[in-house]
Amino acid sequence: MRYLTDRKRAVGKGASGTGTEHHRYMQVSAVGLALIVPTFLYIFGHALGNDYATVQATFARPIPAILTGLVLVFGLKHFNAGFQMMIEDYARGTARKASVIFMTAFTYALMATGLFALAKLAL
Amino acid sequence: MAEKSKGVERPLSPFMIGPYYRPQLTSMSSILTRITGNALIVSTLLVVWWLFAAATSESYFNFANAILTSFVGDVVMTLSALGIWYHFLAGLRHLYFDAGHGMDIPTAEKLGWACIIGSVVLTILTIVIV
Repeated sequence: MRYLTDRKRAVGKGASGTGTEHHRYMQVSAVGLALIVPTFLYIFGHALGNDYATVQATFARPIPAILTGLVLVFGLKHFNAGFQMMIEDYARGTARKASVIFMTAFTYALMATGLFALAKLAL
Repeated sequence: MAEKSKGVERPLSPFMIGPYYRPQLTSMSSILTRITGNALIVSTLLVVWWLFAAATSESYFNFANAILTSFVGDVVMTLSALGIWYHFLAGLRHLYFDAGHGMDIPTAEKLGWACIIGSVVLTILTIVIV
């Protein structure tokens, strides 16, 4: 049995149906990324252009591997949510729905590829 | 009902900039956040490809590494660093605005310049350190 009225359950959810969840996610992931991205840039910048053995050794160490994994997962999730915002501003109807779905799938494919590579390098 | 079945043609963003609003530092530095954030998918794609190549074989890694450190690769990676730092600073500014601070015009304009100049400075620092 539901104790809330239909109206009360809808209040604060807005057109998206999820209220401020999307915006909140962007804020939380932004803070998290702001903390790890500078270190990731340092690690990646030093690995890029180095020889094969050095790169393998770099990503076999725990901190570079963990940080790169975090940047991949949350950077791409943050990207996907931001992309959705852009599409919702500039497109509508089928184009909007299709591009959001396509980019979500593409984002997860990229994430899986990166994590596979990282696992292979790290283990 | 008749109106609903026909559909209402509402304006789609960005219809205000140009005919109604002249470009300003605040609006331009805001749109640049979106542009840099979305453009960074290109950098991400290249980095994931480079990692994938490193996990595949030495010859494939050498190929990907040579592309990313070629002249074009250097240009793309430098622009990526600039994009990351701009998005980083503008994102922090966005959080500051969200918290209800810095909304008066002189402060907002100063913060806009801080993002632009700061991102260039941080990119140069990145190139020097890395």
